Amino acid sequence: MAAKFRAPGFYRASWLMVLGVAFSLGLTWLVRMSTGHATFKHYIDGEAILTVSLIAVPLLFLVGIGGFDYWFYWAAGRKTRPEDHSSHGAKTWKDYFRINTDHKVIGIQYTVSSFFFLLVGGLIAMLMRAELAAPGAQFVDANTYNGLFSVHASLLIFLFVIPVFAGLGNFVIPLMIGAPDMAFPRLNALSFWLLPVAGVLMIGSFFAPGGAFADGWTAYAPLSTDAPVGQTFFSLAVQFAGASSIMTALNFLVTIITMRAPGMSFFRMPLLVWANFATSLLVVIATPFIAASQFFVLLDRALGFNFFNAAKGGDVLMYQHVFWFYSHPAVYIMMLPGFGIVSEVIAVKARKPIFGYRMMAFSLLAIVGLGFTVWAHHMFTSGMASWIRIPMAITTAIIAVPTGIKIFSWLATLWRGVLHLDTPMLFALGFLTTFTLGGISGVMLAMIPFDIHVSATYFIVAHIHYVLFGGSLMTIFAGVYYWFPKMTGRMYDERLGKWHFWTTFVFFNATFGPMHILGLQGMPRRVEDYASKFGSLNLAISIMSFALGLSTLIFLYNMVTSWRGGPIAVKNPWRGMTLEWQVSSPPPIFNFDKVPTVVGGPYEYGVPGAVHGTFAPGPTPATVGASGPRQVAGANE
Amino acid sequence: MLVIVSIPIFVLVVAVILYCCWQFRMKPGEELKDGPPIHGNTRLEVVWTTIPAIILLGLVSYSFVVLHDNEKKPAREIEVGVTGQQFAWTFQYPPSVTGGKPVESDQLYLPKGESIRFGLHSKDVIHAFWIPAFRLQEDVVPGITVHYRATPTRLGTYPIVCNLLCGLGHSLMRAQVHVVSETQFKAWLKTRQSATASSGATSTPAAAAG
Repeated sequence: MAAKFRAPGFYRASWLMVLGVAFSLGLTWLVRMSTGHATFKHYIDGEAILTVSLIAVPLLFLVGIGGFDYWFYWAAGRKTRPEDHSSHGAKTWKDYFRINTDHKVIGIQYTVSSFFFLLVGGLIAMLMRAELAAPGAQFVDANTYNGLFSVHASLLIFLFVIPVFAGLGNFVIPLMIGAPDMAFPRLNALSFWLLPVAGVLMIGSFFAPGGAFADGWTAYAPLSTDAPVGQTFFSLAVQFAGASSIMTALNFLVTIITMRAPGMSFFRMPLLVWANFATSLLVVIATPFIAASQFFVLLDRALGFNFFNAAKGGDVLMYQHVFWFYSHPAVYIMMLPGFGIVSEVIAVKARKPIFGYRMMAFSLLAIVGLGFTVWAHHMFTSGMASWIRIPMAITTAIIAVPTGIKIFSWLATLWRGVLHLDTPMLFALGFLTTFTLGGISGVMLAMIPFDIHVSATYFIVAHIHYVLFGGSLMTIFAGVYYWFPKMTGRMYDERLGKWHFWTTFVFFNATFGPMHILGLQGMPRRVEDYASKFGSLNLAISIMSFALGLSTLIFLYNMVTSWRGGPIAVKNPWRGMTLEWQVSSPPPIFNFDKVPTVVGGPYEYGVPGAVHGTFAPGPTPATVGASGPRQVAGANE
Repeated sequence: MLVIVSIPIFVLVVAVILYCCWQFRMKPGEELKDGPPIHGNTRLEVVWTTIPAIILLGLVSYSFVVLHDNEKKPAREIEVGVTGQQFAWTFQYPPSVTGGKPVESDQLYLPKGESIRFGLHSKDVIHAFWIPAFRLQEDVVPGITVHYRATPTRLGTYPIVCNLLCGLGHSLMRAQVHVVSETQFKAWLKTRQSATASSGATSTPAAAAG
């Protein structure tokens, strides 16, 4: 029994978490006592203990489940314990509930837990639509409602869209580039386990005194610096989720740069790999800024730093600049991997090479660069210096050009192809239509006089859902269906998949389309009560949103039953050329029994006799430069 | 203008998708067939880069013309102070407008056809001063005074909405703007002045500007 409490796992995590609370109590008591009564009225203060606990308990949980074991042994000069690969390939469901260094297991851990948070976030949206079905108060009070939309947005941004792309990328990228795993498997495992921590903090904030954080996912100061303690849950959850995505992005960058198979030049990489490369650059550069913004808020709240207290020389607008310097690139962090997925699906399902492959890759990089020059378009009405609006409006309009190039190139890829209109393809085509609408409303919002009127109205709510639901979520569904056979070794039910697409597509548009009109008519967002003239349209939207919520059940049923008992998948059901389809479904433990050699582009459909990679006895790893020996070292570790 | 440009682009995209689905969908017997290996077309790619770029720059230029027009300083304007606090609006009319004692009110009265320069102050958190009927909004930021110009051209009563989440009472932070004729406006100011005088209330709108 004692061994159980010493070995990495949930037993060790639980007593360490109790220790974490005790540590927080002791630390705050010590600090308060040593600084004297004048500053602090009581030695024991609930909010102070809670704030420190929110940092100490999650960290000790991660220590407990074994996230740091290897490095601790190394740092202490003790014998390190090499990974024995016993849980690779996840033989039982329990292997998903421990530190696991297999990128395929981590990919599934990421994807499944992200979908759990999608369900929670979606249920919260249903509660909000129930409240908004009629003017006046229905079910919840103003504070709860503000908490609901804040947690809804935060969960879906930080714990669904961003990590689910990291999850799909985790599974697929090493396979696509011909690598046995990610470059840093232990870091990969740790970055996954930071996510449930962030999710528990966000959902747990509903049980905090004073309710959940209620200032929106934007948490504008000084409202957030004076809010009840629930706000601290947000500030810290963002740190954990942000650390997770920075670690994963570094891992992707190193993996993509150093672990490509022999012959896989940058311009032979599938576009999903390009997309995650671009996204990881954005994450590594931008995410520290939101971490900073939330640390500022935390220091203001907990220790009275007055960063954002105008009366004490603080600068209120600075919060928004720092916040949006991350949160605008974050929009592309949430979209570029989806572009990659759609490129894969459309090329394979239209049986044609991607039209203008190089322009597709360059436009991703153009978006990375331009993405950092547009942040203040979220602040056209913020009261900042008015000249800033003009360069930001120009860059915002220009960023539509690379996006347009991508859309036109996908259309040209469809042209004269042989279109297999199955579920992944339907979601990809659905994405093209809804995302085009979202892009067009985005260009409208770049026009300052128009933005000044509709800023922070339901027009914005409609726009963001066309981009993140009609855009990102459609591509996520496309990707999940497309790689489902590879991830689980089973086929999904095509008929249910099509039902899922059509219900999602129809009710999505019926829910979010009319919100454009509400915004133009002057309905503000983030209100639980509204003028009675908006009543009938809101009721219709609420009914449609419930149907949209129900459509998710088709997806869930399909995924669960197909995973348990679907027909066994062959290794290449879509006749794809990229490397992940050349190995068994699910792939062998180290992905490739033989190191593949890449001899051509990834999308040579219709070229007679063309192949992307071969497994024929090619050059031995020792003769192909730096990437070869590394892979072998990784495999034997 | 925006709609005129937007609709054809959206229709074009959807039309191509639908045409492809109709014309190029896999027919029975084509399960193993591939499309023609077309890798790209430089001329086409140049076209769909330049044309959207030109359209977008055109739109941006047009929006600047409108913006410049909207924000032009008129020959004559009157100053009105707006103060936001959780969760109410108050409005200050300085002596230059009232021609006597300053007036403070929780109702906004504006003379029709007169250019107004609002000075926005906040006593606590950020609010947003939005009059949907005027198509204009601007944030009310603690610590600074933000200016904002409008000329009401239609008589009537319109809602004023706080459009930036400011806490519990955010959705109830509403007021009314009454656009009235010049003479009614003067008369209203007179009654307010006598009302303030009798209650002894003072207003110091400039205090928040520090």
